[in-house]
Amino acid sequence: MVLGTYKEIVSARSTDKQIQNIAQDGGIVSALLSFALDEKIIEGAVVAGPGDDFWKPKPMVAMSSDEILAAAGTKYTFSPNVWMLKEAVRQYGLEKVGTVAIPCQTMGIRKTQSYPFGVRFLADKIKLVVGIYCMENFPFESLRTFISEKMGVSPELVEKMDIGKGKFWVYTQDDVLSIPLKETHGYEQNGCNVCLDYVAELADVSTGSVGSPDGWSTVITRTDAGDTVFKQAVEAGAIETKSIEDVKPGLGLLQKLSGDKKTKNQKTIDERKAMGLPVPF
Amino acid sequence: MLARIKEFLGMETKPTEEIGAEEEVEKVAEEKPKPRIGYIHLSGCTGDGMSLTENYDILAELLTNMVDIVYGQTLVDLWEMPEMDIALVEGSCCLQDEHSLHELKEVREKAGLVVAFGSCAATGCFTRYSRGGQQAQPAHESFVPIADLVKVDLAIPGCPPSPEIIAKTVVAAINGDMDYLQPMMDLVGYTEACGCDLQLKVVNQALCIGCGTCAMSCQTRALSMTNGRPELNEDRCIKCGICYTQCPRSWWPEERIKQDLGL
Ligand SMILES: Cc1cc2nc3c(=O)[nH]c(=O)nc-3n(C[C@H](O)[C@H](O)[C@H](O)COP(=O)(O)OP(=O)(O)OC[C@H]3O[C@@H](n4cnc5c(N)ncnc54)[C@H](O)[C@@H]3O)c2cc1C
Ligand code: SF4
Ligand code: SF4
Ligand code: SF4
Repeated sequence: MVLGTYKEIVSARSTDKQIQNIAQDGGIVSALLSFALDEKIIEGAVVAGPGDDFWKPKPMVAMSSDEILAAAGTKYTFSPNVWMLKEAVRQYGLEKVGTVAIPCQTMGIRKTQSYPFGVRFLADKIKLVVGIYCMENFPFESLRTFISEKMGVSPELVEKMDIGKGKFWVYTQDDVLSIPLKETHGYEQNGCNVCLDYVAELADVSTGSVGSPDGWSTVITRTDAGDTVFKQAVEAGAIETKSIEDVKPGLGLLQKLSGDKKTKNQKTIDERKAMGLPVPF
Repeated sequence: MLARIKEFLGMETKPTEEIGAEEEVEKVAEEKPKPRIGYIHLSGCTGDGMSLTENYDILAELLTNMVDIVYGQTLVDLWEMPEMDIALVEGSCCLQDEHSLHELKEVREKAGLVVAFGSCAATGCFTRYSRGGQQAQPAHESFVPIADLVKVDLAIPGCPPSPEIIAKTVVAAINGDMDYLQPMMDLVGYTEACGCDLQLKVVNQALCIGCGTCAMSCQTRALSMTNGRPELNEDRCIKCGICYTQCPRSWWPEERIKQDLGL
């Protein structure tokens, strides 16, 4: 169960040219949340919107497709999206909320739903959790070190960041720069070292880039709600799919990376336990 | 503790089949004697009791078919405390108030299960700030969570606990769902709560992942997120313990979550 419990895995992308242009990968997150909004499956979505500094996201409640699209693209630093769910329900008065979440955020949400100790009338209003794969995350200052110090680029010139093929990539209008991932080690968030979830195993639908070609995403449908929404979006023509068997590098790589993460971090967990440090897993 | 709860529930193993809430209600109504529930009000604000009644959809069913409320000021006109299966104790206990001390001891004797109901009973919550010196009882200054004074079986923190968690706990207790109740048994030991627990027990321990669940769940907005870490406004914190309780890096009920999601 290296990829968690699921119903189906496909390679997919948004059919919307605008989304294709601005999205990180296949635009599945943006396409799915926009579709759910149009279909009134959700009334709004918490996304990692633009913040005050370049590339420092700020969670926001998006009430329209335009706002969802404004948040497209991966920011490799903290966006405490779960925080904003209360705002969505209380201040915005939403009865049906969607959100995008990295695996650990999904864990915060799901625990709140199973054990809503202090969280009155909120847990059941979260209707769609689109999970994204995550190997690790970085404090904002780490990101700044990579971009400004190691690559010598000013963050405001950066149009896209990506991790893949063993490197951390930065795209500006004129350049494509990279540093080996090895150089990012030691800069990642410490809490990530005990994380055993790579592919958002508790989301309704999970998506990420690994497994599919550039411009496409690997999509895993998990819960009934997630499976239904995804299939509806495909049927409505908002998302196109290919069999995961027919694309390269395919499922093998995804399974390998997920397995590697689990093995490595389980070791850290065991070491922590041996030292008497607390670990929740 | 586990043994006592199991004994009360008359069970040894957990139920294996999954059943819907409605069927659960019917099944319980048919098969089991209704548990006698008491509501004991110490130094609390009645907010926890109010939260119980906010289970609008199931309240009538709960009160008519699932449980008997046998005792409780504001609910039942009865002065003598009867024997109870479950006692929901709201509020912390004032050490200078003989009547409260006596009542708490009596609850322990008369109830099968004593539940610290709400954060005041569980952690002291904002009565932790009490320091006496006020009319008409200037000497009433020391308030403690009930587990400081008697053995407590389950804790349901929250200021107040959500209506949902109250309903889920009662249903789990009636069905003998020990897995679900386990965290509440563990939380009995969490009596010294504070928003600063996030810093001490999560951030300091290299466990924080900046998810924001703590700030979302704080009931007084004492928490915000700065650079992906919780930032506490101590002046707003009422020491309810909810932030740390809901943090995914404090305890992690994996099996239950998967079961709830059908995964
Ligand atoms: C920290 C991090 C690490 C990742 N690691 C991997 C990996 O190892 N392998 C892999 O295959 N994929 C990884 N991803 C996921 C990948 O980068 C894309 O986010 C994913 O494929 C979705 O692409 P999309 O085109 O469908 O989304 P888009 O349509 O571009 O939308 C992206 C969505 O992600 C949200 N988002 C952006 N940054 C964050 C953030 N920091 N926290 C929470 N939400 C955010 C945005 O609000 C937006 O809604 C990672 C993502 C993050 C944030
Ligand atoms: S690696 Fe795990 S803990 Fe770290 S940001 Fe990703 S999901 Fe969260
Ligand atoms: S809830 Fe999330 S952000 Fe808050 S302390 Fe726990 S891990 Fe950190
Ligand atoms: S920070 Fe908020 S949730 Fe945490 S103990 Fe204080 S009041 Fe309660």
